[in-house]
Amino acid sequence: MTAAPLLEIRGMTHDYAGRAGFGRGPALRALDNVSLSIDAGTIFGLVGESGCGKSTLARLVMALDRPSAGTVRFDGEDLFALSAAALKRKRRAFQMVFQDPFGSLDPRQTVERIVAEPLHVLETRPSRDEQRERVAAMLDSVGLHRDAATLYPHQFSGGQRQRIAIARALITEPRLVVADEAVSALDLSVQAQVLNLLLDLRETRGVTFLFISHNLGAVDCIADRIGVMYRGRLVESGPAHAVFEHPHHPYTRLLLEAEPDIARIGPPPHRSQPQTRSLSPPAVGVPSPACAFAPRCPLVTDRCRIERPELRTLVPGRDVACHHAETMRAAFSRPTQPDAEFVP
Amino acid sequence: MPRSAALSEPAAGRAADRAGHRAPASRVWLRHPPLALGALITVALAAIALLSLVWTPVSPARMQIAFRLQAPLARGLLGTDQFGRDVLSMLMAGAWNSLSIAASAVAIGTAIGTLAGVAGAARRGLIEAALMRGCDVLFAVPPILSAMMLDAFLGPGRRGAIVAIAVFMVPVFARVTGSAARQIWARDYILAARGAGKGATLITIEHVLPNIANPIIVQVAIQLGLAILTEAGLSFLGLGMPPPTPTWGRMLADAQTYLGVAPWLAIVPGCAIVVTVLGFNLLGDGLRDLLDPRAGGRRGLSLPALEPPQTPDRGAP
Amino acid sequence: MTTMPLLQIDNLSVTMMPPGAAPVPILSDVSLTLDKGATLGIVGESGSGKSMLSLAIMGLLPPTARAAGTIALNGRQLLTLPESAWCRIRGRRIGMIFQEPMTALNPAMRIGDQIAEGIIWHRGVARAVARRAAIDLLDQVRIPDAKRRAASYPHEMSGGQRQRVGIAIALALQPDLMIADEPTTALDVTVQAEILDILDELVRERGMALIIISHDLGVIARAAHRTIVMYAGTGMEAGPTVALLRDPRHPYTTGLLAAMPRRRPGVGSGPGSRLATIPGTVPGFADMPAGCRFAGRCARQTGACREATPAWRLFGSDGGRGVRCLHAQLDAAEPDRPEPDRVMPL
Ligand SMILES: Nc1ncnc2c1ncn2[C@@H]1O[C@H](COP(=O)(O)OP(=O)(O)OP(=O)(O)O)[C@@H](O)[C@H]1O
Ligand SMILES: Nc1ncnc2c1ncn2[C@@H]1O[C@H](COP(=O)(O)OP(=O)(O)OP(=O)(O)O)[C@@H](O)[C@H]1O
Ligand code: SF4
Ligand SMILES: [Mg+2]
Ligand SMILES: [Mg+2]
Repeated sequence: MTAAPLLEIRGMTHDYAGRAGFGRGPALRALDNVSLSIDAGTIFGLVGESGCGKSTLARLVMALDRPSAGTVRFDGEDLFALSAAALKRKRRAFQMVFQDPFGSLDPRQTVERIVAEPLHVLETRPSRDEQRERVAAMLDSVGLHRDAATLYPHQFSGGQRQRIAIARALITEPRLVVADEAVSALDLSVQAQVLNLLLDLRETRGVTFLFISHNLGAVDCIADRIGVMYRGRLVESGPAHAVFEHPHHPYTRLLLEAEPDIARIGPPPHRSQPQTRSLSPPAVGVPSPACAFAPRCPLVTDRCRIERPELRTLVPGRDVACHHAETMRAAFSRPTQPDAEFVP
Repeated sequence: MPRSAALSEPAAGRAADRAGHRAPASRVWLRHPPLALGALITVALAAIALLSLVWTPVSPARMQIAFRLQAPLARGLLGTDQFGRDVLSMLMAGAWNSLSIAASAVAIGTAIGTLAGVAGAARRGLIEAALMRGCDVLFAVPPILSAMMLDAFLGPGRRGAIVAIAVFMVPVFARVTGSAARQIWARDYILAARGAGKGATLITIEHVLPNIANPIIVQVAIQLGLAILTEAGLSFLGLGMPPPTPTWGRMLADAQTYLGVAPWLAIVPGCAIVVTVLGFNLLGDGLRDLLDPRAGGRRGLSLPALEPPQTPDRGAP
Repeated sequence: MTTMPLLQIDNLSVTMMPPGAAPVPILSDVSLTLDKGATLGIVGESGSGKSMLSLAIMGLLPPTARAAGTIALNGRQLLTLPESAWCRIRGRRIGMIFQEPMTALNPAMRIGDQIAEGIIWHRGVARAVARRAAIDLLDQVRIPDAKRRAASYPHEMSGGQRQRVGIAIALALQPDLMIADEPTTALDVTVQAEILDILDELVRERGMALIIISHDLGVIARAAHRTIVMYAGTGMEAGPTVALLRDPRHPYTTGLLAAMPRRRPGVGSGPGSRLATIPGTVPGFADMPAGCRFAGRCARQTGACREATPAWRLFGSDGGRGVRCLHAQLDAAEPDRPEPDRVMPL
């Protein structure tokens, strides 16, 4: 790779202030020193625990919040060093699809106004007619009827609303789209259409995507590289296929095992009763010196409890934050078999 | 944008329910009797007040000592007072005075309070804290006291009364809009607007105000009732409009002395005040029900209802 | 089964009556029964009326909607119930996990209090007891550091955490019938598995009946014994989940299965590889074609499909399956797979 990546995130850390009252808590560290870069024209899939900071990262990449520490370089420029006016001009090049299709559309605006909103960043605002035409074309391309432009969000189902949100993100023809759970509200056939649309956009216009999803199948289908997050940290990254077939971090492995599959009917046979209570340490406070995954990890050893594993490059292109990544690597040197025994 | 993209098939949007979720006007009244009654009272009062500007049965200022303290129907529809003035005419002229003062005061209070509320929500931090503490201070001063001070300061009259009442409307509106606007600011569509490069002012105008319009409208109706009461209280105490001008509060005050011989002198303006306040409150409650689009269908759920508007139980005489 | 089913829906139809416009039929001819302890999955096109169906069962249809047909809970007619009677049914008898976590939560109230509120209201326990129960529930749905997070407001939670608060609120009341409308879309697969475990346990141990709506066929396979596939407001195919997924008879079901993004072990996602889709989109409810609603998009359609709405036809060894397609093959013996479950043990 000679060209600089389109998006480069370095040492991103973000704390949410502790809440006063109810015992003023320490700050909540939502992101802890996350670094990753995405090359132009690729799709980077981000998966991870719910609440591990994916949406926070997305908001920071969109420069909607300021990180506690770290930088975001978009196309070589540090977003947080830009002036307000320059940042506004830049915004046409990166747009976002929000996670919750019910909260991300203003209930008082018509679909046309919603979809046309990002056109605000253009220096020359299109005329009313031109705007209407662009919105209609955009609605078309996400599979909604042109008539939808005059309706209000409450008249649409969840999946239809998400398509409105996608249309809004694409209308300025951005170079980077951050898609936060953009397809989880869609039914399978529309989901397939939207995923194909993303692939088309990448191919025809070289659009780059940061694709956040819990659907491992969808990520595997479209992502070139993936990152796996746990408790605010990136624990593994690498080429999508390689990571899914041959995870080097125990959490990735756990995710893959828990993935629902139509081949598995009914509840799984009962394993050793899962620990029901508080297997998770508080996700807050002073960064503890242990591996955050240790309480759930089958490979855990004493070292994991006293020393936090840093992200390191195991083989070129594959980074893992685990003391026992080599063990993982050796134990599953063949592509994972779904029924492979998983014992340390 | 490539129209050739995989999804260019049409349809799926709903062409239905274009008119939004409001029911047609005729059915609204049937389904919301309190709203209908409140609106009826309000419109009737406004009509009477306007009418008094051009016509009253007798001039409200005309004194006919010969016909003093006549009972209702004996002379004029509602009788005469201690100076022989026609009570009905005074009531009509008083309606204009009371309503116009109340409406102006509420208009000023709404404008300033809403501005402070949305500005605080948009700018959080120090500005918000300063605005809200300022409101607390205003709120702590009893309106009668501030009216007395303003009266001394501005001289008696319409202006003093309006300002005195507006001063204590401001914090009410600042709080209602502030808390509603803060909730709107936490929504994702605000993030989306910021992602489109919009600034706080534009976002406030385009997204925040339309979404908090309902609680403001409801609050306006409720505060109008309160303003009527306060105005009556002020003129009852001899503040506000100077003497010959008839106001409901002064009519009530003057009637005290004749309570034994001419009870109608107190009953008539008293009823007028009660009916007016009731009308505005019915209107406010009705609007609240009507304007919450979800109230009709999803009662019994914890929906994102805005914090109940604070109706201070003070300000009444 | 001679006893009365827990939930019986017959010929339910829901029509939107927008003021000043023609009525729009959303649901038509939906029938289903659900026994105590049974689980039913609903999959289908986005906008096909799945949420509308669950709102109808909860008595929460939007004001412009009119419902016809019958919905009976333990034999009691729900559609004609006055609002006052609903308060005792919602939450306690029928619980619902809403699709939209943000609209189901009060943004101005701490989440711990929101959960406790329902417990106090329906069980009449003391506030402190309810608070503790709320924290337990948050812990159960895997919110880390539950005690501290109980003091958070909804907007301070991640999407998945909000969804779990919604789940905790519904679980708090242990209803007889739980309607879960896309309960796990915002959750990672490990938490999702745990939530499904909790629901399972309630079904198994308390005989709770469960309706689970999801786009994820894997979740349906995991959680529902029977499944109904909806398209454009009506049921297209129904049957035991195993049979339906292994041997789909309706072309729409087949299309859905093909469109599912799967991990493809061993296959590189070469450039240009695309997912299979169903061509076309759903017709609007206002201009539904005569005949089969899927005809415009169906590979197997013939002229006959466009003439009359296909009837609901029952088939399968015990009549346990139904399909609404003229060309669906009914006779072929169901492949006798006595133990089809768990091909891939965990
Ligand atoms: N405004 C806020 N104030 C305090 N804490 C917050 C705030 N927003 C998010 N958090 C916390 O930060 C953490 C990360 O949240 P984030 O929304 O980034 O998670 P996520 O990875 O997107 O999760 P999900 O997959 O569930 O959407 C969570 O623990 C969340 O509770
Ligand atoms: N207030 C309304 N007025 C008119 N049409 C409406 C209204 N609310 C919903 N609809 C329509 O009713 C249909 C059914 O919506 P519903 O929310 O039940 O879909 P769904 O099956 O749950 O979809 P999803 O999977 O996307 O959530 C949708 O096509 C929607 O456009
Ligand atoms: S560092 Fe230790 S505890 Fe953490 S994931 Fe690796 S083996 Fe497990
Ligand atoms: Mg998120
Ligand atoms: Mg739905």
